[in-house]
Amino acid sequence: MSAKAKLATVWLDGCSGCHMSLLDIDERILAVAEQADLVYSPLVDLKVFPEMVDVTLVEGAVSNEEDYAKIKKVRARTKILVALGDCAVTTNVPGMRNPFKVEDILNRAYLENAATNQHIPVAVIPPLRQTSLPVHQVVDVDVFVPGCPPSADTIFYVLTELLAGRTPDLLGKTRFGI
Amino acid sequence: MNQPTQARIFTLKIDGVDVAAREHETILELAQENNIFIPTLCHLEGLTEFGGCRLCVVEVQGSNRLFPACMTTVTEGMEVTTDSERLRVYRYMILGMLFSERNHVCSVCVSNGHCDLQFLAAKLGMTRVEMPYLHPSMVVDASHQHFIMDHNRCILCQRCVRVCGEIEGAFTKGVMGRGASSRIIHDLNGAWGDSKTCTSCGKCVNVCPTGALAEKGKSAGEMVKRRDWLPYLRSMQED
Ligand code: SF4
Ligand code: SF4
Repeated sequence: MSAKAKLATVWLDGCSGCHMSLLDIDERILAVAEQADLVYSPLVDLKVFPEMVDVTLVEGAVSNEEDYAKIKKVRARTKILVALGDCAVTTNVPGMRNPFKVEDILNRAYLENAATNQHIPVAVIPPLRQTSLPVHQVVDVDVFVPGCPPSADTIFYVLTELLAGRTPDLLGKTRFGI
Repeated sequence: MNQPTQARIFTLKIDGVDVAAREHETILELAQENNIFIPTLCHLEGLTEFGGCRLCVVEVQGSNRLFPACMTTVTEGMEVTTDSERLRVYRYMILGMLFSERNHVCSVCVSNGHCDLQFLAAKLGMTRVEMPYLHPSMVVDASHQHFIMDHNRCILCQRCVRVCGEIEGAFTKGVMGRGASSRIIHDLNGAWGDSKTCTSCGKCVNVCPTGALAEKGKSAGEMVKRRDWLPYLRSMQED
């Protein structure tokens, strides 16, 4: 293959642990870099998601309006979309707010529990959606990699398989929770 | 009529393998004797079979129905299939419903890494839940001095109900309601800590397959259950 594959990672409502786990592949990142260019990621400086990406890893649940708009755009511009980690796959911890009303959560966080400067932000911070959703309930997902976070070995395995044009078989490699 | 003095032996096939079974044996018992894996959740050796979770459904040649292996006794010449595309679809569906009906957040659960539900999902290669998560509002009963009942994690397998009645003889636990609104209750739906019948033996906590019942003070992943005592207590009862 002459041109390298285009790889992207996006960070929605997650703790960044999945990205940390990605970085934990350590020097194996050089092997990934031989096969793919990281064209968009919280780890690189580009601000706009490129037009055509081969593989995108998505960390995090879809919790606010920005996540929602972003994942729609990412899906439209990605060949293989990977839900990486439990927040993306199950909503995990971000989904723990779902039994409550958004208004109640905001009141709790910004008014009841705030010692000073009590106000609910209306600008800059994207508005929360009524429920936090796993990525596949918003857009189609091609590969699911559960784990909180999936291990570096699992992530490396998934990347190498996908970049080699194969579908990763995750049986015995990861699970919900980890 | 001739009266057989000992159990008759049947021959049948499981997954194409010829096996011999004793009369009255269940398909599940027979499979386990022959090291054939059939997924189960409500089943636990030492408790009466309940047939509630339906994960152990198998196919039997000549019938379109699916049979729960834990409740179906063997018959002569039976041909059983324990794994197929069709069975896998149903098992994923059952697990999916269990995960989506309550709030399972494995990463922060006391039973993370020691949970039968989590283990089974991984073993069956389940990487997602297809149906929408219901995220119901569920209570946690922390009124007992030593134990916690977290309804968020309960899969209504009724292991706790059975062990409480059958083994401990306390009959503290029961089930209230129907379908998705079923709840495990104590006595007449009082707080667990107020129960006059609970002996605080902890048997329910240890047989519970998930993080629904746990000892107080356990943090994420710390609740390891012990069940080795159960078959002994059961066999002592039978003696
Ligand atoms: S009970 Fe089991 S499946 Fe449910 S959250 Fe806890 S570890 Fe996960
Ligand atoms: S509390 Fe545990 S043992 Fe009892 S029904 Fe729920 S999951 Fe089963």
